[in-house]
Amino acid sequence: MYKEKLIKSCVGIAGCGGLGSNCAVALARIGVGNLVIADFDVIVQSNLNRQYFFFNQIGQKKVFALRDNINNINRDVVVDAHDIKLSPASIKTLFQKCDIIIEAFDLAEMKQMIIETVLTEFPMKYLISGVGLAGWGNNNTIKTERYDKLFVCGDQQIEVSQDCPPLAPRVGIVANMQANQALEIIINELNK
Amino acid sequence: MKIILNNREETFEKDTMNVAELLKAKNFTFKIITVKVNGSFVKKEDYETTLIIEGDDVAAIHLLTGG
Repeated sequence: MYKEKLIKSCVGIAGCGGLGSNCAVALARIGVGNLVIADFDVIVQSNLNRQYFFFNQIGQKKVFALRDNINNINRDVVVDAHDIKLSPASIKTLFQKCDIIIEAFDLAEMKQMIIETVLTEFPMKYLISGVGLAGWGNNNTIKTERYDKLFVCGDQQIEVSQDCPPLAPRVGIVANMQANQALEIIINELNK
Repeated sequence: MKIILNNREETFEKDTMNVAELLKAKNFTFKIITVKVNGSFVKKEDYETTLIIEGDDVAAIHLLTGG
């Protein structure tokens, strides 16, 4: 039964911005039992163009506001929320118990850091990264590539810039693609 | 040699290349890139000493800001 597998699973989400907040909410809605979320940032108004937060949460820490929003959707999800800027050492500690890690950072340097940390420290864990989600349109360039246990969702082409901002539709597509990939792994590949 | 590069088959005239030469040949001059050869992560300082031969499975993933 797929619901049993979801309840027993644990997914780590590194970053609670556009990718992380939307991916976490999708996983909470379908009943993933355990989520470990981490972020150091505070919600500002400009985040509301794509991130799963509300006007009255401006000024709050993203990680705690996201925990509240998850709890308001599904009370059965156990949320382990960490207000921290992730480093190789803290990734190793916080995500130890996770079956799958979602890379949901903003900066390319941070994406590289977590991918290299997971490939080195946790070669047996699944990692789902989001790369290439800026701008609008181009639905059919968004895809998922698999490299062993590393999955990369996104167009792998378009970087955020002043004229090419991250916006709700494409960010949401990639975040939900990451959630959908995690769901497929939980159901088809994890032995729980 | 024939190798798999980013999940697609590619043919090169040389019989072997190191990672740095492969990235140059493909014009992968991105600042932030993560390389795996046959499933194992290759550190940047090992690009010149890691050789790629016929049949290898290489991933060179260009990382972009946005999230």
